[in-house]
Amino acid sequence: MKFSLGKYAFPLYAVLAFIYLLIPIGYTFVFSFNDSLKTNLIWRGFTLDKWTNVCDREGVCEAFGNSVLIGVVSTIVATALGTMIAIALVRYRFKFRRSTNLLLFLPMATPEVVLGAGLASQFFSLGVQKGIGTIILGHIVFCLSFVVVTVKARVASLDPVLEEAGKDLYANPRQVFWKITFPLLLPGIAAAALLSFALSFDDFIITNFNAGADMTFPRYVFTAAARGVPAEANVIGSAVFIAAILLVLATQINGERKRRSLLKKH
Amino acid sequence: MAFAAFSSSKPKGFSKPTKSGKVAIALLAPGLAYLGVFFLTPLIALIMVSLQAPDPDGFIGDYVAAFEINNYFVVISDYFPQMMRSFLYALAATILALVISYPLAYFIGVKARPYPLLQKLMLTLVIAPFFISFLLRTLAWKQIFSNESWVVTTLQQLGLLESDQYVVGTPFMVIFGLTYNFIPFMTLPLYTSLERLDTRYLEAGSDLYASPSRVFRKVTIPLSMPGIISGTLLTFIPIAGDYINASGDFLGSSSTAMIGNVIESNYLISNDYPAASALSVLLMGAILILVAGYVKKSGTEDLL
Repeated sequence: MKFSLGKYAFPLYAVLAFIYLLIPIGYTFVFSFNDSLKTNLIWRGFTLDKWTNVCDREGVCEAFGNSVLIGVVSTIVATALGTMIAIALVRYRFKFRRSTNLLLFLPMATPEVVLGAGLASQFFSLGVQKGIGTIILGHIVFCLSFVVVTVKARVASLDPVLEEAGKDLYANPRQVFWKITFPLLLPGIAAAALLSFALSFDDFIITNFNAGADMTFPRYVFTAAARGVPAEANVIGSAVFIAAILLVLATQINGERKRRSLLKKH
Repeated sequence: MAFAAFSSSKPKGFSKPTKSGKVAIALLAPGLAYLGVFFLTPLIALIMVSLQAPDPDGFIGDYVAAFEINNYFVVISDYFPQMMRSFLYALAATILALVISYPLAYFIGVKARPYPLLQKLMLTLVIAPFFISFLLRTLAWKQIFSNESWVVTTLQQLGLLESDQYVVGTPFMVIFGLTYNFIPFMTLPLYTSLERLDTRYLEAGSDLYASPSRVFRKVTIPLSMPGIISGTLLTFIPIAGDYINASGDFLGSSSTAMIGNVIESNYLISNDYPAASALSVLLMGAILILVAGYVKKSGTEDLL
């Protein structure tokens, strides 16, 4: 890499790529301040009204509330089940390892239409009424695999010496787990829960196949898309985006601070 | 290593699995049982429904258990164009995503190594689109490229588009949307594998008088192959099954319908469950072949 092109070409390219990635986010954010009527297609002037009175638009807040409820319940169940599997995969030898890995991978590789239609067929043949409950049952499936992947990495990077030290100091297995293993896994579990909530909150396809009459935020946007999505939807989308980015940045800066303070001590 | 790209901490692998016993079964059983009931049996249900025949005594939308293999031949002949389109759109969008992502992943993973905080910040920007609603970000592109937008009028004035030509509803727009929406799935695995790239190999190459492009082709690309393979798999699969981008209310039109659109409309609108299920089984089969190829090459440990 002798030519100096490389020196500026890469940073310039990265800046252009990030602009490309951020354009629709910026667009959604800007149009959340649009003084629009029913639809939100042309710029009609700046207003804060849509932010201060989001719930005035019929159905938006109800759909948002349902999505939060579905996200929270799916995340709790998927995180608990997934963390247990992740620990077993890293720490234990057992038969059927190959099939276990495959069974955990396949939900992530299955197109959402396929899983959505499959679940809907199963609920139909069992005579289960579709609604928030069936949506949650579907979301847990794909959240679970992502939790396993995220927590597994954390378990693998955990030094077993720490747990052995606990045992040597006469801690019983339960104490070792709750006093040593679990606190050390917590950042990974938190990251998995965050990812899980984001996936559930944004899911449209599996939800749409199994929702019955219940609305979620993505379903609200989809139904409104035919005639134009109101600015209130942009407000919710932008608010969720800001909250998620702040959470991610906070965990990263916190992690970096910890790393630096550890380096200083040595 | 496919999806491991999504985890924040890198696996260091302190210990090989050593312990054995009933604890493992107790830890695995609830989750795997869940997947058995809500993932495997739905897939079996799909296969059963795909073989059903219309109920002779029932209404439209009523079906009875049967062994109608013919359903498969009917959907293949009815929806062959949509199947081909899914494959071609997914291929085009995957290649585009690879071409756009590679330099970016290289910059973050190799060039920016001296600045870990900057690396983390850029990774956050890469996944930023995931935090805005999928549907809202797709609609944003639709509005940016809508018929009266300045983007389209500028393109028309520059002569790149005829005055009666538009962008929304064309295959170009659908492929553009698919590329955008799934780019993080390509960038993250590429980054994970480039981040581990030992740059001394690159120096060795140029010390031996290889030109920069030769070093790139003979050293960088082969060393980042695991990332290229998992990124390709992770982008291609969801794109092939997507139906939001290609649907008429979003970036596509009736002439851009993909297999996902056909499954959705058969299932939810015309209630032709056997046809929708047969198409789903075919799509799933094609993807299983892809995954099997990957597993044969890299084993199952690296899937997660």
